[in-house]
Amino acid sequence: MNTVSAPSVSNPQAGVMTKGAISIRNVTKVYDPGGVNVLAVEDCSLEIAPGEVCMIVGPSGCGKTTLLNAIAGFHSITSGQIDLDGEMLCGPSKPLADQGADRVVVFQNGALFPWKTLADNVAFGPVVQGTMTKAEARDKAVEMLAEAGLSNVAGKYPGEVSSGMARRAEIVRALINDPKVLLLDEPYRAMDGLTKSIMHESLLEVYDRTKVTIFFITHDLEEAIFLGDRVIVMTTRPARTKKIVDVKIERPRDYRLLSSEEFRVLVEETKEAVHEEAVKAFEAGERELA
Amino acid sequence: MAQAAVKTGKQKSIILKSLTDLTFWRGVVAIIVFLVLWEIGSQAKNWFGFMVPFVGKIAPPTDVIARWTEVVTWPGYWESWYLSTGRVFLGFIAAQVVGIPFGLAMAVNKYFRGMFFPPFEILRPIPPLAWVPASIIFWPTTELSIMFVTFLGAFYTIVINVLGGARSIDIQYLRAAQSMGASQWDLFYKIILPGTLPSIFIGAAVGMGITWEVVLAGEMISGGGQQGGGGLGFFIWSSYMGGVMDQVIVGMISIGLAGYISSSLIRYIGKVCMPWRRMF
Repeated sequence: MNTVSAPSVSNPQAGVMTKGAISIRNVTKVYDPGGVNVLAVEDCSLEIAPGEVCMIVGPSGCGKTTLLNAIAGFHSITSGQIDLDGEMLCGPSKPLADQGADRVVVFQNGALFPWKTLADNVAFGPVVQGTMTKAEARDKAVEMLAEAGLSNVAGKYPGEVSSGMARRAEIVRALINDPKVLLLDEPYRAMDGLTKSIMHESLLEVYDRTKVTIFFITHDLEEAIFLGDRVIVMTTRPARTKKIVDVKIERPRDYRLLSSEEFRVLVEETKEAVHEEAVKAFEAGERELA
Repeated sequence: MAQAAVKTGKQKSIILKSLTDLTFWRGVVAIIVFLVLWEIGSQAKNWFGFMVPFVGKIAPPTDVIARWTEVVTWPGYWESWYLSTGRVFLGFIAAQVVGIPFGLAMAVNKYFRGMFFPPFEILRPIPPLAWVPASIIFWPTTELSIMFVTFLGAFYTIVINVLGGARSIDIQYLRAAQSMGASQWDLFYKIILPGTLPSIFIGAAVGMGITWEVVLAGEMISGGGQQGGGGLGFFIWSSYMGGVMDQVIVGMISIGLAGYISSSLIRYIGKVCMPWRRMF
C-alpha cells in the first residue's frame, strides 16, 4: 500500500512526539437497528501515515462516519482492529475504543457549547484534563484564537458569531489538546463556497504549523484534492476502500491550485470512481425501498 | 463621534423608548378600548335602559377602580397579598429544590428512571386541587396543607420539563466533551446542567403560573377562619359571599398582577443565568 510518509514532527509546545499513525485492519461493523442487521463496514483496511491529510470520500450512507466513530470511540467494531501508533485502540478483545484527547472530533453541525464563550469553549479540553489551570487555559485559548484571526470574538457566545467563525473556533478547540489525530466529519458541509475557501486556507495554515494527522470525511471532491495528501474513495455500503488517489502536490497550497491542469486531472479521476459507487448506492437504495 | 452617539443611545431609558414605540401605543389603545367597551356594557342598563347579556351583570371599571382605592387602605388586603405570596413562593421553591434534582436524576440514570418514573406518571394526572382534602387531613396545619398543594402544582411541571430538556441535549455535545477528556462529573456539571437550564426556566415560569392558580383554589376551599385564612383567594371568595362584586374583580386583578410580577421575576433571573440566550 502506498503511503505519503511525512516525517513525524516533534511539537516544541508539548515536548512530545506527535505521531498519529492509524492502522485500520480488516474492520467490519454490523449495526443492529430494530433487529435488522446492517452491514455498515466490511473488511475495510487502510493505513494512514503520521502527519498525513487523509480525505475520505464516498456515497452517502456508505459507512465513512462509522469508521470515524470507531476511531474516536463512539461506536464499537464487530471485528478487525484499529491501532494508533502501534497501540491497539479497538480490536477483538476490546471492540470499543476509549475516547480521548489524542483523537479529537469536529462535527458536521458544529458542537461548540452554546453556553460558553468561544474562549471558554477552547479552554475546555485542558481544564477538564487538568493539564492547565483555568486561567492558563483561558490565556492559551485567547492566544490560539488570535492566531486563527478570531481575537475580536473570543469573548462572544457561539450563537453570536457566524458559522465560519464558529467552525474555526471549534478546530482551535480541538487543537489546543495537541491531538495526534484530528477527526473531521464533513465540517464544512453546510457552508457556502466563499466561506469554505477561507476555512480551507485556515485549516491548511494550521496543518502546516502543527502537522497533525487529519482524517477528513467529505463529499466535496475539490475540497478533498485541495486539502489532501491522499483521497480514499470508499465503496457503497458496506464500506471498503475502492480506490486511492495520491495527491502529490507540494505544500503550502493556495487557491490558485484550483485552476491548474494537475488539479483538474485528479478531480476527474476521483469523480469517476465516486460516481460509479454513487450509482450503485442509488440503485441499492431503490431496491431497499421497493 | 460615532462612539458618543452610541453612548447616548444606550442611556435612553426604557420608559423613553416605550413612549416612542408604536407597538407600545397600540397596546395602550387596545386596553383603553377594552375598558371603554366594558364600561358601556356594564352601565348599559343605567344609561340606555337595556341590559347587555353577560357584561351587564359585571361591575363596571369605574366601580372597580373606586373600590380599589378603598381596598388599598385596608391592611387586611395587603396581608392577603403577603399570605398568598408566601404560600406560592414556599411551595414553588420547595418544588424546584426537590424537582430539579429529581428530574436530573431520572434523566441521567436509567435505573433511577425505571424505578421512579412509573409512580410519578401515575400520580401526575391527579390535579393538585384533588389533593386538598387529603392534604388537609394529612398535614398538621392548614398552612402546610395549602403549601403542599402548591408544591405539587409546580413539582410535576418542573420535573417533566427538566427530564425532557436534559434528555434532548444533542449527543454531539456529550461526545465532543468526552473526546476532549471529560469525566462523568464534568459531563454532568459542564454539559448537562447548563444544557438543561433553558428547560428549567420554562418549567419554573409555567410552574409559577400553576402555583398561583392552585393557591387561590386552595385558599377558597380551605380558608375559613384566621388560621390558614386570608390570602387573595380567600379575599375573592369572601367578597363573593358578601355579594360585593366589584371587590371580587379587584381580587381577580390583584392576582393577575401578582402572577405577572412573579413570572417577570423568573424571566429576569433566567436572563441573568443564561446570558447566551438572546430571547427567553
